[in-house]
Order: sequence, then C-alpha cells, then structure tokens
Amino acid sequence: MPEGKRQLFKVTPLLTNISRGFCPGCTHGIIHRLLCEVIEELNLFEKTVIIIPVGCSTLSVDYFEFDTIQAAHGRAPAVATGVKRARPDLFVCTYQGDGDLASIGTAEIVHAANRGESISVIFVNNGIYGMTGGQMAPTTLIGWKTETSPYGRDPKREGYPIRMCEMLSQLNGPAYIARAAVNNPKNVLATKRAIKKAFTAQLKGLGFSMVEILSTCPTNWGMNAVSALKRIDNEVINYYPLGEYKVAEGL
Amino acid sequence: MSEKILMKGAEAFAEAAIKAGCRLFFGYPITPQNEAPGYMAKRMPEVGGVFLQAESEVAAINMLYGAASTGSRVITSSSSPGISLMQEGLSYIAGAQLPVVVVNVMRAGPGLGGIGPSQGDYFQATKGGGHGDYRVITFAPSSLQEQIDLIFDAFELAEKYRNPVIILSDGLLGQIMEAVEFKREINPKDIPSKEWAATGRKNREKVLINSFNLDPDGLEKDNSVLRKKYEEIKKNEVRVENFLTDDASIIIVAYGTVARICKTAVQMMREEGFKVGLFRPITLWPFPEKELSNLSKREDIRFFYDFELSFGQMLEDVRLSVADRKPVYFYGRTGGNVPSPTEIIDKIKEMITEETNA
Repeated sequence: MPEGKRQLFKVTPLLTNISRGFCPGCTHGIIHRLLCEVIEELNLFEKTVIIIPVGCSTLSVDYFEFDTIQAAHGRAPAVATGVKRARPDLFVCTYQGDGDLASIGTAEIVHAANRGESISVIFVNNGIYGMTGGQMAPTTLIGWKTETSPYGRDPKREGYPIRMCEMLSQLNGPAYIARAAVNNPKNVLATKRAIKKAFTAQLKGLGFSMVEILSTCPTNWGMNAVSALKRIDNEVINYYPLGEYKVAEGL
Repeated sequence: MSEKILMKGAEAFAEAAIKAGCRLFFGYPITPQNEAPGYMAKRMPEVGGVFLQAESEVAAINMLYGAASTGSRVITSSSSPGISLMQEGLSYIAGAQLPVVVVNVMRAGPGLGGIGPSQGDYFQATKGGGHGDYRVITFAPSSLQEQIDLIFDAFELAEKYRNPVIILSDGLLGQIMEAVEFKREINPKDIPSKEWAATGRKNREKVLINSFNLDPDGLEKDNSVLRKKYEEIKKNEVRVENFLTDDASIIIVAYGTVARICKTAVQMMREEGFKVGLFRPITLWPFPEKELSNLSKREDIRFFYDFELSFGQMLEDVRLSVADRKPVYFYGRTGGNVPSPTEIIDKIKEMITEETNA
C-alpha cells in the first residue's frame, strides 16, 4: 500500500477469477459478492457447502471457491437437508431463483422451513424466468408482459404474485426471514446485513433462515440496467415490502 | 452375532443397512414397505443415526443426493409409485456419480395399482428409469437372507463405482417373515472417507458435485466416463444362480419372488423325472447375458420358459441373450397375484406336450 493511501475496496478472494455468463446489468453479481464477503467475514470458507439448483443460478457452479453441489430444479432445500443432517458441522446454504423456489420447489422450501432445518437460503427474486427466456414466474407482478403472459399477467387467469417471506414467516420453524433489494447502495448494504444475520442464525443453531433479494433482469424485462433498477423502487417494492419478517430471539 | 432371528422382510433389510454402517435414512410412507421407515424411526436414534420423514419421495431422493454428496452411506426404501417420483433424483445421482442405495418393494401397477407383489418395475430399474443415458446396478434377491446380504454388497458396489444401486424387492419379500442372520457388522467409523466428497474446502481443491455441462464436447467426455464405468460393471459384477441346469433340458428363467416359487417347481418336477433347471439372475443390471447366451448354445436344451410378475419385461433381455437358438416361452401374472408351483408346472407340461405333438 503506497504511503498516505488507504484501501477502500478489495475483491473477495472467494469469487473465482473466471468470466461470468450473466447478462449486462444483472444483479446476480452483486449478490454473489455479498454472499462471499459474509462467508469471508464470518470465517466460514472451510466449512461452507453451497447448493445451486436450476435457473440462471446454475451458472454459479463455477463462480465460488468453496465446495458446491449442483441440484435439480427446486430441490436445493431437500439436498441441503441431506448435507446438513449428514454433516451438522458444515455451513450449508442454497442459492435459488424465484421460479425454482416459489414454483417447482414450493414443497421443498415450505417443509425445510417448517422443520426449522438448519440451512440458509438466498432467494433471488427478479419476477421472471431468466435462463429459459423470460417466461412468467409465480412472482411476476400483475400486468407484467412476459413470454407466457403476453397480454400481461391477469390474476383471473394466472393467479397472484406469491409472497414467500410473508408465507414462510407464518411457520414456527424459521429463525430469520427477511426481504432486501440490491437496486441502490443503501439497499445493497442492508442486504449484506440481512445475509449476515441469516447465516448467524444457522451458526447459532436457531433454525431455518432465508433472505429474499429483489433483483433485476434487464434482458427479459426489456429494459436497460438503470431503468431496471428504478423499476424495483417504482413497482416491485410496493408489492414486496422490504424488511425483516421473522427474527428469532437471540439473533 | 450369527444367531438366526425371525424378522419381517422390510425390517430385516432396514437392520441390514444399519449393520452395514449406514446412519442416514430418508423416506416417505408407502405400502407395502412401511415397516422399513417405521423400524428406522426407532432404530436410528438408538445408534446415533438420522431418520427423517421427507415431505415426498421427490424430496427424499434429493436428501439422499445431499447426504451422499458428503460421502456418507445413505439409504431409502419405497414402493413403485414412490420410486417413480424418485426417477428425476436418480438421474441426477447417476450423473453426479453419487453412491446411494434404494430399495424398491415393488407393488402392482400401473398408476396407483394395488399393494400386492409385482415385478412391473424391471424396465424402470434396469433401463435407466429417469431421463438421460445412465444405468443403475440392480440386485434381485429371492429370500430375506439374500436380501440382507445384498444390502451390504449394495453399499460396497455403490461406493466402489460411485453409482446408485437398487435392491429390486417386492411386496412378498417386504412382508413375509423368515429366519435371518446378520453375518457382518460395520462400524461407520471404519468406512473410508471419500476424497471426492463435498465436506468443506480445507487444504484441497474445490469439490463440485455436478451433472451440468453446457459444452457438448465436455458433456460427451463426462458421459464417456459413465459409459466406461458401466462397461467395467458389466465385466465384473454379473451374478447369477444356476439351479440344476447342468443336465436340464428345460430351463426356467425367473428372478426374485418368482424364482423362489420356480425353485420349488423344479424340485417337484425333478421328482417326477423331468429334467428341469432354473437360471436365476441376481443382478438384473448388469444382466447375465453371456451366461444365458452360453447356456442357450447347449444342444440338449429344448426350450426356455420365463416366468414373471409382469407382461414380460425381463423377457426382452432373455430373448436378446437366447436369440433364435432356442424357443423362449413366457407366462406372467399381474395385479399382485403370484403363481403357485403347480401353476408353473402345468404351464411347462403344457408346453412339453405341445412341442412333442408338433
């Protein structure tokens, strides 16, 4: 460090040094960085196993330096349960999108949460299926046009966007449930604090923890990166309010 | 340890898993194998193991996937409709090369079917079952003793080849009681740890448990590793019982519960002077192709008769091995019905008469 200079930022060494497959403006990268920073700060690297199911998230199998398990669509909470029950000494988290967690994997997430399974879930909600090309997700907002809701999501036809934090916080099993966003620096910092709290819940053996992170998909939203970030503030947060939905005693 | 005890089939193979050093069971209730999870729920806590009732068979097989990823011995038990739900997970397990043991206490299908014994899942077990190009080692026990002995072998082969193994049991072998003996007991601490397992990265390279590869050349290379492994298994692991086939002119081909009944039929016919023998595959995959093919080359054999609890599934493998060298006849019961020895004898005698008249 040159004299008189102060280091303000350092890339976490827990991210692999290879090029990313995500689209320009996608917020997965921000979330990866936060996840790795928290693992580094809590000194969890040597005992972390992350479960990566199916969606854009699948690309992440090559992006982390710690042990990684690729899982079937929606099944990450069940796989994580198997890992944690076999090796309770490990730190186990899943990294799931909204199609994965809130549609095909609903049974697995509800029951892992209800058992108070000692795992942490990073739930990336961008309201659309990214990897398959922009189909309607269970979380797609009313009126949004997608490949499979070309006339706009109509609740009479396609039902309502599903709120997972609100739903899971009704259960007794979870120790920590929070919703955050990564659309501006303030929210990014709050997201990091939530992730740290969720991971701490697991380390303290308090039960299941999940952070839902409102994310963008500029490509499939048909927007540029900046407008996509603004859309989070203008539309998404109104339906999916930020905050902590459940915080166990002792956290 | 080697005293004989009277046990029910599903409880006996559950105890065998514990004796084989397995301390993890994930499953979901389904008849006719409920005694297995019930037994595990009671026994696992006694030995410091884990029993967990999953929310579905879909979840259960993925819990196996996770537990096996850490290199731990893990088992589940289910029955046909539940095994269907596990096929996605088995495909991932085969692709990621993980060792798991699955017991299928087959019941009659299709659909919800019934709860009586069946052999209707032969295709599903031996031809892949789920999506993609993969194979599962399939054992077919025909007694409770063999069923528990094969549990030990199943764990060993699963780990040796990093591949799923299915014990293809049925409603009869799950529900009957027999005297069994546990010949071995393995301490989980003596099972070697696995260098490929995801157990946290400590002074080593990153471990990735994976079946995903978007690069066609890369995926083809991954697949060729599987293919080579399957060839090895076919070369080394075929098991078959030849019962009185040496001088036989009529060969029954049967496995599992049906083979057991056929054995009685063979003995009864021998007493009447008929030279009948039984060819009983113990591994259904790999199927004893060479052994059956060689047998079919024998001049003194008149015909083969395949008996199954299906419309004829193993029959396809039998016909491929026998080819056009000898006639292959078939008789199958379904719906949970099991043929009696005399039913089998009648069928064979009918064929002898028909052939003689022709």
